[in-house]
Amino acid sequence: MTRHLRVDEPIHDSPLDQMAQGVLGQPLNRLEGPLKVSGRATYAAESRPRGMAYGVLVQAAIPAGKVLGIEDAPGAIAVIQDKRMIRYAAQGLAEEGPKAGPEEVEYMGQAIALVVADSLEAARHAAQNLKIRYDVQDVPVDPTAVVPELPPKKQSSTGDLDKAMQQAPFSVDAVWHTPTHAAAAMEPHAAIAEWDGDSVTIRAGLQMLSSNRKQMADALGIRPKKLRLLAPYVGGGFGSKLGINAEAVAAAIAARELGRPVQVVMTRQQVFDLAHRRSETRQRIRLACDHEGRLTGIGHEALVSNLPGSDFSEPVTQATPFTYAAAHRQIVHAVARIHRSCAGSVRAPGEAVGVTVFECALDELAEAADIDPVALRLRNIPTVEPDTERPFSSHKLAEALHEGAERFNWSERRPPRQRVEGEWFIGMGMATAVRVNQLVEARAKVTLGPDGRAIVETDMTDIGTGTYTILGQIAAEALGLPQERVEVRLGDTDFPPATGSGGSFGAASSGTSVYLACEEVRQQIAKAMGCEAVDLTLQNGLARAGNVEKPLSDVIQSPLVGEGYVEPGKTEKSVRQATWGSHWAEVAVNRWTGEVRVRRMLGLFSCGRILNEKTARSQCLGGMVFGMGIALTEALEHDPRDGHAVTRDLGEYHIPCHADVPHLEVHFVPERDPYVGPLQAKGIGELSICGSGAAILNAIHNACGIRVRDLPATPDKIIAALDP
Amino acid sequence: MDITLDLNGTSHRLDVDPRTTLLDALRHDLGLTGTKKGCDHGQCGACTVLMDGRRINSCLTLACMAEGKEITTIEGIGTPDQLSPLQQQFLDHDGFQCGYCTPGQICSATAMLEEIAAGWPSHASGSLEGPFDLSHAEIAERMSGNLCRCAAYSNIVAAIRQAAKADALHKDAA
Amino acid sequence: MKPFSFHRAASVADLPAGATIIAGGTNLLDLMKLEVMTPDALVDITRLSLDRIEPAADGLRIGALVRNSDLAADAVIRRDYPVLTRALLAGASGQLRNMATTGGNLMQRTRCPYFYDRRMACNKREPGTGCAAIGGITRNHAILGTSDHCIATYPGDMAVALRALDAEVEIDGPAPRRVPLADFHRLPGDTPHVETVLKPGEIITAVVLPAPVGGQQRYRKVRDRASYAFALVSVAAVIRVQDGRIAHAALAFGGVAAKPWRDPDAERLLIGQQPSDALFQSAADTVLRLARSQGDNGFKIPLLRRTLIATLRDATGMEAAA
Repeated sequence: MTRHLRVDEPIHDSPLDQMAQGVLGQPLNRLEGPLKVSGRATYAAESRPRGMAYGVLVQAAIPAGKVLGIEDAPGAIAVIQDKRMIRYAAQGLAEEGPKAGPEEVEYMGQAIALVVADSLEAARHAAQNLKIRYDVQDVPVDPTAVVPELPPKKQSSTGDLDKAMQQAPFSVDAVWHTPTHAAAAMEPHAAIAEWDGDSVTIRAGLQMLSSNRKQMADALGIRPKKLRLLAPYVGGGFGSKLGINAEAVAAAIAARELGRPVQVVMTRQQVFDLAHRRSETRQRIRLACDHEGRLTGIGHEALVSNLPGSDFSEPVTQATPFTYAAAHRQIVHAVARIHRSCAGSVRAPGEAVGVTVFECALDELAEAADIDPVALRLRNIPTVEPDTERPFSSHKLAEALHEGAERFNWSERRPPRQRVEGEWFIGMGMATAVRVNQLVEARAKVTLGPDGRAIVETDMTDIGTGTYTILGQIAAEALGLPQERVEVRLGDTDFPPATGSGGSFGAASSGTSVYLACEEVRQQIAKAMGCEAVDLTLQNGLARAGNVEKPLSDVIQSPLVGEGYVEPGKTEKSVRQATWGSHWAEVAVNRWTGEVRVRRMLGLFSCGRILNEKTARSQCLGGMVFGMGIALTEALEHDPRDGHAVTRDLGEYHIPCHADVPHLEVHFVPERDPYVGPLQAKGIGELSICGSGAAILNAIHNACGIRVRDLPATPDKIIAALDP
Repeated sequence: MDITLDLNGTSHRLDVDPRTTLLDALRHDLGLTGTKKGCDHGQCGACTVLMDGRRINSCLTLACMAEGKEITTIEGIGTPDQLSPLQQQFLDHDGFQCGYCTPGQICSATAMLEEIAAGWPSHASGSLEGPFDLSHAEIAERMSGNLCRCAAYSNIVAAIRQAAKADALHKDAA
Repeated sequence: MKPFSFHRAASVADLPAGATIIAGGTNLLDLMKLEVMTPDALVDITRLSLDRIEPAADGLRIGALVRNSDLAADAVIRRDYPVLTRALLAGASGQLRNMATTGGNLMQRTRCPYFYDRRMACNKREPGTGCAAIGGITRNHAILGTSDHCIATYPGDMAVALRALDAEVEIDGPAPRRVPLADFHRLPGDTPHVETVLKPGEIITAVVLPAPVGGQQRYRKVRDRASYAFALVSVAAVIRVQDGRIAHAALAFGGVAAKPWRDPDAERLLIGQQPSDALFQSAADTVLRLARSQGDNGFKIPLLRRTLIATLRDATGMEAAA
């Protein structure tokens, strides 16, 4: 039986709080941890079906045009050029395969063929030595050199911002640039495809199996039920594995054609070319405030880019309309159609760069108006969502600001250049953290055996987010079992479909489906105990109702099965759902070399119920460092002539390394959000990126008086403004 | 070509293409996929293994050049049921998320602690004379050849420091 | 990787003709995987006994196969040539330093992304095809000693310190010789593919350091992240101050040219003078008098100036006194 919930109403009293096991929220170690630390967890490319061949993708060496011919390579079993091979990855949640037909080249580095050989060495050598003839087309690659599109639905305006700017005693009007970012998950995209008759099993690095299955089936021209996807362990996603990519489609086509399993692993350079990039942005921010620091005008104009016809555009201004109130507001969203690689979701699309830049602008306004940056933010927190007048589902920004200021000793902050230690200027900065929250459809199945052991099954993925562990904790809590008596099975399309890992909605959505499945099982136990479900207490494998207490094994004769299905309902629209927090950073800036060192960082986050304090904290640490990369080190540079990604390896694209990261502090602001269902939990994986870079950039200004508006703040940007 | 690899205490005979890296020999020929390929160019550290006790990037080592050396991979450091003290600390401190860089981090840390014990200085050392402490800065600098995009860095350093401290206590007691 | 025959060297005297030498392999295999380098034959020299650090006449002889990590940790190097230890420790990672050798490190090739990318024209990779870096993304390119044919840098750290220490390279071959490190690497001119004076059939057997000169030794490297990155610029400095005046000054620069850069005029300008910011500025003027920006890398001119001044302030005790 399926327990279904559409979240139309708030659930103020969570049934989970009535349960007795006491495991939910506990900082338990990861369920799959022992496998990961011992190298036994097996990722996409880590199975060896008999007879497997190795495929290597061949990439276009032109920015755009047509492939006229490819000469076969010695040493290869086959050079696969198939109309069904895709030009770029599917966007997250797409229901269809992305554009196919690799002979048409849309950007330099696009996959155009697959070379297959008996060994990786042979396939790679053959792929590197194909003779390819092209018809080259001249295309724009610079986002500032074309007239951008202005999608009507993405523009909005209230009042008269120009006038507000003119009349305000204090204002900021400046332009920021952020470069292309790469998700750069540590596991390169990989797939192993194996056919059995007309059915195919593909093991791949994917974040969202249920939509990936539709995309893949569409791309291959088969029915979804003939396709099984496996992704038991995913070596990081950060958006780059939301949709199917070229390697998995090519592996499936090749495996069919050759009648043997085929493995395709992207090289790291290919990952930079073929995984979605976060678009570079140009952001003009205009802010106006009165003498008390009340915002009167907010303008946020963004220019982003993508390939012609691609429907994704980095939603830079997503949080701007509801974060702060102002009577006069203008949002502009422009999209340049150029031929760099395909842009798509990278961790916290929109806010990661939008909030970062906006919070820098706010720091400039605070300086202009001579108001403490914390006070400025506190003064402008809206009580309801501006424009729509919808209430917020929950809103703990003020708490996060107050508590953060105290924990960080914000009162010790001095004006720029007042704190000097040897060659280093020391400064502090802060920023608001905000990210939209979303609940999505999810299904799960829970089986409770007479042995008092439970199995959770869903096609949800764990991309490092802690899904195995938190789903296990939810089931353990709801069924009254010690955590070790719950087994969680994920990453297999044979299991009930969840939406997957992305948009920070995974834990709350699939967690709720698991909870609902457990409710269904509880109902069956209650029936066997002869009581109402509300009167049933489950703890440590015992069932209790009134004065009766029995081991589950005495209650259950055969396995009890429950399915859970949650879908978003009216609360999606009736309230503004978001997560909130605050970022704090202290940096040192070298007065000679312009090097920046982060000395300490603090993050406070409110994300509803925390399902596992340990894994939740790790998510936040990761996001804070992701933001550090945005502020200080990361830039995927495009060649000005052909648009190709130049810094396309981990030696040139600098993600933060150990030495960049000091000990980081994370705290959660206690919160429950009743509008997201019985779990009262919200997204956590992205909030901590949104604004962490701004805290660092603002700290740089507080240290040395320099505003870096062209990210990242590498030494060259700092010394350009330092005294000689 | 025929080669013999001394791997986790066992000798393995292999017929490899001379082009095969130690990393690909482990993953493809021996099925030991605990050692990860993150970049294949020595730029991430996911492929770190120990060769004669020293940490190296197996992606930039030809399998045929590893003959006669003692290779230790993550599979030789501990098992899920019998984790090494360092593995246990990684687990307890949540020193990983997706887990893909983790075997490399653990192999690297295992050898790194030996390097400190042997009195090797680092870029973070104030003086080159030693002995060198187990400060956050020292460990972070020495571990910088292991990238982690999930950025479990804070937790990894805490795990390593805890393991080293426990080891020192153990040695003092002995 | 192009197929190759694999050989193990039995002795320095017995290297197969035409074979490319592999030792640490950290750069060679990196480039072979991309088929930027495509040797037909490899000869593994790691079993030759060239891995000793031993006293030489008035100095120290470092075998070509001494690993970077062993060299950095060596007690004599730490005591007498600390700038070398510092430079080694500022390079790469713990893993790479365990593999990379002294000789191989001198032979490492540029990190120019256009050299690494076979889709792009590169005179270094394929002589006569042009230089795609010029007019491209040039953030990590050279500002000194460039030509219209190549603007790549030598990326290493160790050699920068060796240059400041006046090291020599011991070469074996048909005619064994010793070459000052100053002459070992070549500027690109119109033959950027010829990077060193090493001839076919020759092998580096050692690096020889002269007697220690003492003084304050610094290696300062500025990079885009705190560790595990190539230098934007680096400065190796060996400075001795006597009676308030600079008595010895050796300065070498990394990340700015196709070889570790040194400018005797700038050093002469310092000798005999009292340390001052004005003096350091003029030393920087001298070093940079011929510097040329490619656009993105123009910042290296002020960055080198600033890094040099900071290093000199530190090495002469001005910073501590400030």
